[in-house]
Amino acid sequence: MAVKEKIKSLKYRAHQLSDPKVQLEILSNTSENMVKTFAEKLTDDGLFPLKPVSIEVLQINVGYMCNQVCKHCHVDAGPDRKEIMTRETMLLCLDVLKNPAISTVDLTGGAPEMNPDFRWFVEEIYKLNKHIIVRSNLTIITANKKYNDLPQFFKKNEVEVVSSLPYFAARRTDAQRGEGVFEQSIKGLQMLNEVGYGKADSGLTLNLVHNPSGAFLPDDQNELEKIFKDKLSDGWGITFNSLFAITNLPVSRFLEHLFVREMYDDYLVELVNAYNPIAAASVMCRSMISVSWDGFLYDCDFNQMLKLKVQGKAQDLKSFDEKELLSRNIIVNQHCYGCTAGAGSSCGGTVA
Amino acid sequence: MSKTYYNEEDLGKFGEISEWQPELGKKFFDYYGSVFKPGALSAREKALIALAVSHAVQCPYCIDAYTKDCLTKGSDEEQMMEAIHVAAAIKSGAVLVHGVQMMNKAKKLSM
Ligand code: SF4
Ligand code: SF4
Repeated sequence: MAVKEKIKSLKYRAHQLSDPKVQLEILSNTSENMVKTFAEKLTDDGLFPLKPVSIEVLQINVGYMCNQVCKHCHVDAGPDRKEIMTRETMLLCLDVLKNPAISTVDLTGGAPEMNPDFRWFVEEIYKLNKHIIVRSNLTIITANKKYNDLPQFFKKNEVEVVSSLPYFAARRTDAQRGEGVFEQSIKGLQMLNEVGYGKADSGLTLNLVHNPSGAFLPDDQNELEKIFKDKLSDGWGITFNSLFAITNLPVSRFLEHLFVREMYDDYLVELVNAYNPIAAASVMCRSMISVSWDGFLYDCDFNQMLKLKVQGKAQDLKSFDEKELLSRNIIVNQHCYGCTAGAGSSCGGTVA
Repeated sequence: MSKTYYNEEDLGKFGEISEWQPELGKKFFDYYGSVFKPGALSAREKALIALAVSHAVQCPYCIDAYTKDCLTKGSDEEQMMEAIHVAAAIKSGAVLVHGVQMMNKAKKLSM
């Protein structure tokens, strides 16, 4: 039976899962299905407490507002979310970015482009000579006239575009991301291709993100990339650079989805069974810091959504202290099993 | 709870068949693993064939397992349903082609 399209965020619906404490309680109480907690598993591999190795990437979440309301969204983003980073907070980010150790700025949301200061922010970061990644949902490009020139804007600032396209056909993409999203995403991709994105030798990188449209793990990233490349090229003449296969973590709306389908236990067991110590040693939180719209610091975007701030005193942009952050213990919980299943999962795809 | 001959959880216990005959069990699972590795056919194509055969042999465990495997490996709903139609066509064809035997026999028996 077709499930009725959800059009509001958990927060708007005042759903109990919009409370990070409830989510954490669920995650912490799953131990009966697992032989070990994530922390115990790390201990076995000599990785606990999990320590950072660098702060190469500053991933900045500029707001939870989005033009889409995807079913699996760990941010619980949507048009009804009003949390938006101010220019004042962006200035604090720019201060932190003067640190030469940070080479990459990864802008995410929501739809980061919906932040009114987005373009100004990108230009300021560009002046600092940082590699810029924008996690763009593709449909934003055609959502409104004012966004139609985003491909040119990205090109001018040498932005690496990373975009979600869970599948190369409408049914499964729309089931996850909303009716009509596939068609609009194809248009967005074509517009990016037109200015040179994803074309050989253009130097303009367009990477796609595949995440399973359901309670299963992604398959071999390279195999999927081949299929995606063939299908998108044959069907719509679209080219792109790499495909990142990303596992859905049991957080926010994907957690809700698992409960609605009564798949939570099965999915957790699947993640635990697929635990890979090599992936565990390379989880992305070891080389990044995540910043929230209101300027607080987290180990990753998932911990941000669970309101698990970084350990220690340096918990916001104003008190950003590289040394202290590098000596912190990364906060882990059962959702972390999503980063270590199979070939592992990060914002840049598999890690092992 | 109603009792059934098939239990979903039993799929996860498949490996246990080795307990009572380790040598043959191991041989079977090694063979099984090798068959499904990408070779002249891709792993995705093999999963589609397995899905079709699962329906032909009507094994609910295999149907569950290969439905998931097909989704994971990037097959879409249309391809999966077409694979099942291939199995159905062969099965119905196999029934109907025996109609010739029936006709032969009937002709022989009749005047
Ligand atoms: S997954 Fe991305 S595009 Fe979808 S609602 Fe969340 S932030 Fe928006
Ligand atoms: S969920 Fe976050 S903290 Fe946990 S392993 Fe993944 S990146 Fe690290």
